[in-house]
Amino acid sequence: MSTVNQSPKRLTSDAMSASLARADQRVTAAPLGHALVALAEQDERVLGLSADLAKYTDLHILRDALPERFYQIGMAEQALLGAAAGLAMEGFIPFASTYSVFATRRAYDFLCLDIAEANLNVNMVCALPGLTTGYGPSHQATEDIAILRGMPNLTIVDPADAVDIEQAVPQLAAHDGPTYMRVLRGKVPRVLDEYDYTFELGKAKLIRGGGEVLLISTGLMTERALEAAAALEEAGVDTAVLHVPTLKPLDEETIRRELGRDRLVLTCENHTIIGGLFDAIAHMLVRDGTVRRITPVGLPDEFLDAGALPTLADRYGVSTDKLVERVLGLRRSQDA
Amino acid sequence: MSTHQPAAAPARVADSADEHRLQRIREAAQRIRANALVQAEVQGQGYIGQALDIADVLAVLYADQLRLRPDDPTWEGRDRCLLSIGHYALALYAALAEAGVIPREELTTYATDGSRLPMSAMASYTPGVEISGGSLGHGLTIANGVALGLKRKSNDAFVYNILSDGELNEGSTWEAAAVAAHHGLDNLIAIVDFNNQQADGKSSEMLGMEPIGAKFEAFGWVTRRVDGNNVAEVLPALEELRSVEDPAPRCLVVNTKLGKGVDFLEQREKLHFMQVAPEEWKLAHDQLKEQA
Ligand SMILES: Cc1ncc(C[n+]2csc(CCOP(=O)(O)OP(=O)(O)O)c2C)c(N)n1
Ligand SMILES: [Mg+2]
Repeated sequence: MSTVNQSPKRLTSDAMSASLARADQRVTAAPLGHALVALAEQDERVLGLSADLAKYTDLHILRDALPERFYQIGMAEQALLGAAAGLAMEGFIPFASTYSVFATRRAYDFLCLDIAEANLNVNMVCALPGLTTGYGPSHQATEDIAILRGMPNLTIVDPADAVDIEQAVPQLAAHDGPTYMRVLRGKVPRVLDEYDYTFELGKAKLIRGGGEVLLISTGLMTERALEAAAALEEAGVDTAVLHVPTLKPLDEETIRRELGRDRLVLTCENHTIIGGLFDAIAHMLVRDGTVRRITPVGLPDEFLDAGALPTLADRYGVSTDKLVERVLGLRRSQDA
Repeated sequence: MSTHQPAAAPARVADSADEHRLQRIREAAQRIRANALVQAEVQGQGYIGQALDIADVLAVLYADQLRLRPDDPTWEGRDRCLLSIGHYALALYAALAEAGVIPREELTTYATDGSRLPMSAMASYTPGVEISGGSLGHGLTIANGVALGLKRKSNDAFVYNILSDGELNEGSTWEAAAVAAHHGLDNLIAIVDFNNQQADGKSSEMLGMEPIGAKFEAFGWVTRRVDGNNVAEVLPALEELRSVEDPAPRCLVVNTKLGKGVDFLEQREKLHFMQVAPEEWKLAHDQLKEQA
C-alpha cells in the first residue's frame, strides 16, 4: 500500500501497514526484520519481542523465520519492556517492538528504571516516528526524542533509510547498554548506498558537500534533505547534507567542524522542533560560547492534524518542496 | 460463548410490543452496517470487520438504551458513551448518523483531509464522540472519572465504555476495573467486544484472557456474557445491567463475529485490517438489503 495516494479522489489517511516509499523508488522490504533474522542466526542471545505489533513493526519476519526466538507479549507495553529487562538480566539481547508513542508515553517508567538505570542491553525498535501516520496524535510520535533525550545511558538512533537500519541492527546489539531506534517499516527506501556511506553508531556523516548551505538532518528528513540539495543545485545553490543518525550521544566534533564554515544552516528533523536535533545542537553551541543562526525545520509545537501524509508534510513544512522553498526564502532575506 | 462460565440466561422478550422493539433495533443495526460500508468504501479498506461485528450492540445503545438528544450532543442529561477503541471510529460515526447526531451525507468524508470524521476517533473532531481513543487502554480509566463526576453532581446518567478484547491486555484496564469496584460505580457499564481479534492475530493466541467474565467478577463487577450479534440477547442484558441493585460496576462481554452480516467477509481470513476488493462493496450493500 502506498501512502502517496495518486488517485484523483480526495486524499485519505494512510493505512496502518502503509510504507513511506514512492512508487518509483528503490526499496527494501522490512529491513529491520531481515537484519534481525541475520543477526539472530549468528548470535543465539538475540531475541525478538512485540506488544501485538510484530506485523506492523516488521518483527513478523523474525517471528515467522525463527519462531522459537520470538515472544508475543500481547498489547501490554509496560509488560513488554519489563520482560525485555528481565531477559537482558539473564544475558539475552532482546529487541522489543511497538510503536514509538507507546514505548515512550505508556512504558516510559519501565524503560527508564528497569532498562536504562540498570544499563541493560535492551534494544527498543519502534515504528511510526514523527509524522509517518495520518492517524493523529494517538499514533504520531512527534516528541519521542524530546522525552528520551533526558534519560541517562540511553543511545538514540533515527535512521534515514533501509541501509541505516540494516547496518545499525548489529551495532545496537553489540553496544553494551540500552538503545532506542525509530523504525521505518514496510517498503523502506534505499538512499544512502548511492553515496560513500556506512552507518557507525555515534557518528554523524557528511553525505554531500556544498559551499553555500548546510542541511543538518536526521531520520527520514535526510532523504528529503538530499532531494532538496539536488533541487537547490539546479537552482544554483551549492548545498551540503550532514546526516546525524545517532542523536544521543551526539557527534559534537563532526557537527562543530561542519558549523565552522560560513554557510546558511538549517536542521531538518521528523520531530517537534522542541527537544530534538535542533535543541541538541543549540545546547552544544551555547556551551561552546558560539553565537550562530540556525533555522529549525521540523514539526510545530502542536498536536498534529489527522489526514493524508503528503498534505500534512506540506502543511507542516517538512516536505522536500517546502524545504527547498524555505532555503530559497532564507537566502532572499539574507540578500535583502 | 465461553466454556468457562455459563451463559447468562437472557430475559425473555416475549410480547409483541417487545418484538416490535427488537425489530426496530435490528433495522437500525442494518442501517449502521450500511453506514459503515459507505465509509470504508471511501478508504477502499479499513476496520470494516470490526464495524460489522459491533453494529448490533451499537444499535441497541443508540436506537434504544442511550438517553441522548441528537441536536444537543453535549446535553448535561445524556448518557455518556465512551469508545476507547479509536479505530472503531467508523462504527461509531455510523451509529451517530443513525441517531441523527451527524448528517448521513458526511459519512463519505471519513478519514479524508479536512473531515470531521478522522480514521481514529477524537473528541475534538466529532460531535457525539466523547473521548479520543487511539491509544488503547484509556477508556475505562476515563469512564471511572466521568462516573464519579456524575455521582458528585447527582446526575443519574449512565456511563458506557465500549472496549475491545485487545484492551484487556493493558494493565491500565485492570487498574481501572479495581478502581471502579472500589468506588462502587454502579452507574458504569463496560461492554467488552470479544471478537477474538487483535493486530497480530487471534486474541486467544496473543494473550489468553479467558475467563473474561470471571475476571471482572473477581474484581467485584456484575458481569454478563451474551452473543453480541443477537439483539434479543444484548437488549435484555443491557437493560438488566442498568437496573440491577448491586452497588457495583457492570460488565457485558459480547461475543461477536468480525464481518458479521456480510457472508464473504464473515468467511474471509480474519485480519485486524481486512482487505476488500473494489467490486465487493456493492455486493456487501446488496446483501444487507436482501436481509432487510
Ligand atoms: C496502547 C496501544 N498499543 C498498541 C496499539 C496498536 N494497536 C491498534 S489496534 C491493536 C489491536 C488491539 O486489539 P483489538 O482492539 O481487540 O483489535 P481488533 O479487534 O480491532 O482487531 C493494536 C495493538 C494501540 N493503538 N494502542
Ligand atoms: Mg479485538
